[in-house]
Amino acid sequence: MTTTESNPSAPTERSVPKPVFTDAEAGAKEFPDSSPAARRYNYFNPAKRKQTHYEDVTVEVQPDPRHYLSQGWIYGFADGSRGYPLHWTKLKAWGVDEPEPPRGVGTGSMHVQNWPAHGWHEFRDPNEEWEQTLYRYNANVVRQLTQNVENARNAKAFDLWTPNWIRFVERNVGAWMHIEHILGLYVFAANERSGPTNMHNTAMAVNSAHKIRFAQDLALYNLTLTEEIDGFDGSAHLEAWNSDAEWQGARKVTEALTAVQDDWGEAIFAANIVFEPLIGELFRSNLVMQTAAGNGDFVTPTVMGAGEFDFAQRDLRWTVACFAPLVQDKEFADHNKGLMQGWLSNWVPQALEAARTMQPMWSQADHKPPRFEDALDRAKNRFAGICRDLNLDTPEELKQ
Amino acid sequence: MSRQSLAKAHQKIQELAWEPQYHEPYMKYGTDYTFRKAAKKDPLKQVLRSYFPMEEEKDHRVYGAQDGAIRGNMFRQVQERWLEWQKLFLSIIPLPEISAARSMPMLFQAVPNPELHNGQAIQMIDEVRHSTIQQNLKRLYMNNYIDPAGFNNSLRNFHTDYCGTIGRQFAEGFITGDAITAASIYLTIVAETAFTNTLFVAMPAEAAANGDYLLPTVFHSVQSDESRHISNGYATLLMALSDEDNRQLLERDLRYAWWNNHRVVDAAIGTFIEYGTKDRRKDRESYAEMWRRWIYDDYYRSYLLPLEKYGLVIPHDLVEESWKQIWEKGYVHEVAQFFATGWLANYWRIDGMTDEDFEWFEYKYPGWYDRYGKWWENYNRLALPNGHNAIVAEDVDYVYPHRCWTCMVPCLVREDMVMQEVDGQWRTYCHEVCRWTDAEAFRPTYQGRETPNMGKLVGHREWETLYHGWNWADVVKDMGFVRDDGKTMTAQPHLNLDPKKMWTLDHMRRMPHLQSPNVLLNEMSDAEREAFKADYNRQGPAGRPAPKDA
Repeated sequence: MTTTESNPSAPTERSVPKPVFTDAEAGAKEFPDSSPAARRYNYFNPAKRKQTHYEDVTVEVQPDPRHYLSQGWIYGFADGSRGYPLHWTKLKAWGVDEPEPPRGVGTGSMHVQNWPAHGWHEFRDPNEEWEQTLYRYNANVVRQLTQNVENARNAKAFDLWTPNWIRFVERNVGAWMHIEHILGLYVFAANERSGPTNMHNTAMAVNSAHKIRFAQDLALYNLTLTEEIDGFDGSAHLEAWNSDAEWQGARKVTEALTAVQDDWGEAIFAANIVFEPLIGELFRSNLVMQTAAGNGDFVTPTVMGAGEFDFAQRDLRWTVACFAPLVQDKEFADHNKGLMQGWLSNWVPQALEAARTMQPMWSQADHKPPRFEDALDRAKNRFAGICRDLNLDTPEELKQ
Repeated sequence: MSRQSLAKAHQKIQELAWEPQYHEPYMKYGTDYTFRKAAKKDPLKQVLRSYFPMEEEKDHRVYGAQDGAIRGNMFRQVQERWLEWQKLFLSIIPLPEISAARSMPMLFQAVPNPELHNGQAIQMIDEVRHSTIQQNLKRLYMNNYIDPAGFNNSLRNFHTDYCGTIGRQFAEGFITGDAITAASIYLTIVAETAFTNTLFVAMPAEAAANGDYLLPTVFHSVQSDESRHISNGYATLLMALSDEDNRQLLERDLRYAWWNNHRVVDAAIGTFIEYGTKDRRKDRESYAEMWRRWIYDDYYRSYLLPLEKYGLVIPHDLVEESWKQIWEKGYVHEVAQFFATGWLANYWRIDGMTDEDFEWFEYKYPGWYDRYGKWWENYNRLALPNGHNAIVAEDVDYVYPHRCWTCMVPCLVREDMVMQEVDGQWRTYCHEVCRWTDAEAFRPTYQGRETPNMGKLVGHREWETLYHGWNWADVVKDMGFVRDDGKTMTAQPHLNLDPKKMWTLDHMRRMPHLQSPNVLLNEMSDAEREAFKADYNRQGPAGRPAPKDA
């Protein structure tokens, strides 16, 4: 064998990519655009002085022909609408009536220099939600809930529940899961294709995730109770939801929220501004969480409280940040205020009627909560405060 | 709650299914499909109680790896040739991802099966994850890679550049038109089930070979969510198949979706993998080999073919034609050559091919050098500014191509180009299937059947139209592809960052004005147009003019 011939018995070298020193790290050379100032997304104006991480991963991902989208949307619906039409709500933000740049042969990109071109682009989710915040928050919630329930199970805490309270939880706490589920899927998720910017649609998707998670939290809590409490009927929530008179008002309004005709703004407004304070918080905070402890139950309020926190601390925040500026819009304030007042006049009576049909639930537990009228007053006051935050007039209908 | 089995938990949450009693939900998005006989179980069996912690854990791994990459100075080993192409890829992909999130509500309404809505809702959340985690990866590249230009103005570029329109089909196609065509067949059945394999598995593997292990970290994490989405699509497809009336639409949509995905994804990902890599080991798979494995064997043979027995008409001819395009007609090489021809209209730097690259291409694609070698030698010769024009304006035996009106990739396999007058305008198409897509499939009637929900192809689909008659310096400036000194171009036909070696707007100023092929086509007489077509079909390969002696 000559030295140039390969030795078949010699170990063959594995075929793997070889590391190569390229020195391609920031700062290795100086050239146009090598400075630290060039290391930021420069295609949008931050809402505050410094652009946030949330803005970096969210803003401009959904393009706009009124900004950089020079060739326009390239697919249209059968009726000719395309992209994210601004008329998918009757609300208006300043600038929306301005036409898109009339691009054509030899026009160039016609990028809009005065940006934002319309007021919708000013919206930022105050919760600054993106994937990392979404998973951290919700993973924490489900972990804590699991621990709470596991601890209660180990401590035999459910043994303390009175029969009437067991019936209350299996029917009424159980029935609430349906409302969260319908709102999550068929109001919030159903509308996250319709908003004018990525910030709106992402906020709706996150709101939807809260609701769907909370619905499932309640369903799985119901399953645990079925396993832990003798005689706990895990299917009673279906009967209550389908048949109990005290639930049909809330069900009717919930379903009506899914049926709002082609207006994402009205659907979200009616759900988070009207339904949640007047029915959601009325039931969750002013009934279940007020009543449970007196009936030997320290677990259910922690499950309910997680959903309550979703709404009170996060979902309401983005909703107010979304709608309040529209009431003071520099071009369409009157239009928007009139529209929202109309929505209040339409939805508040429905919500109050539904709330009143729930009144019998205040009498079902052995240890009674504060009076229904007091609870409703608290809910109304809370709602009136939200109206003030939005610079809307408290509707006359609230006096009903 | 913790002791409950997943199956039991999943069974329980089915009790949430809603049958409207007082109000029917508003149906915003229409479809021509019907689901009268449909009944299908949710294949996912995913509950959010386990989903959120699982995704959080996946996030921990992704962000931990990112910290490690920065601490370990990963960018000292990253190939610039590779990362430059990420300026294109990562400007495109967050929009398709978020569009996939936006498409899920279309399915809630179109697919009357509450059990599937749970899986679709989880997919919606996944897609928000994918879009924002990818925007974040791009941000990390911008902060730590030597050349942030192109990353820092990424989304402006994507919305302006001709590549943006090609990429946006893989986004707008998910959310517009018939809800099932868009969100189910185009997105989940074809894009996610077939082509994410090359996007999110094959390409990240190539990134790792080029010193970048963050792309695989992020995209493999993304791909691990895709399996759920594939299940969503499969369940919907079986539901659609159970109704005879859907068969014609399924056949139409599979043909459109398959062909469009092939045209768009193979163009982009094929180029990244073949022309963006420095890994020229002979035993590393070529894109054609990857395609054969991931698309042909794993998708076509293992996934699509078994559905034939349920009555699905499989586009066998288009699968074979796609393979022919890649293997015999050099589709990927033609696209890469076009990208490099038009480097000046882009926002990343394109490295030339070396002798080592030539050798690898010849080994993997016998005959490659005879077709493309000379042109790439010219590319290298013209890379540094030295009194000549950019290659697009030099005589290098290359005819600037017309664009395909449908897929918007140029008509690069010249013999396949067809044209037709549609909606009062003469349009060129890269292939008969793209002509069919525009002229027949995306119409309110299809083979005599009313299809009132089908979408439309709209917009200024030829990029050059907007700049017809413009000076190239003004084009580049108008698009904003200029560095912070106000004159050096973001794009370069080489990787040399010495400012003296970089092209500027001044170099562009002396070039001939840009002309729109489509505007010129529509100015021709009928006879001129026929002559043009006959000539065009005789051009190539590698964009060569038609032979004079024929």
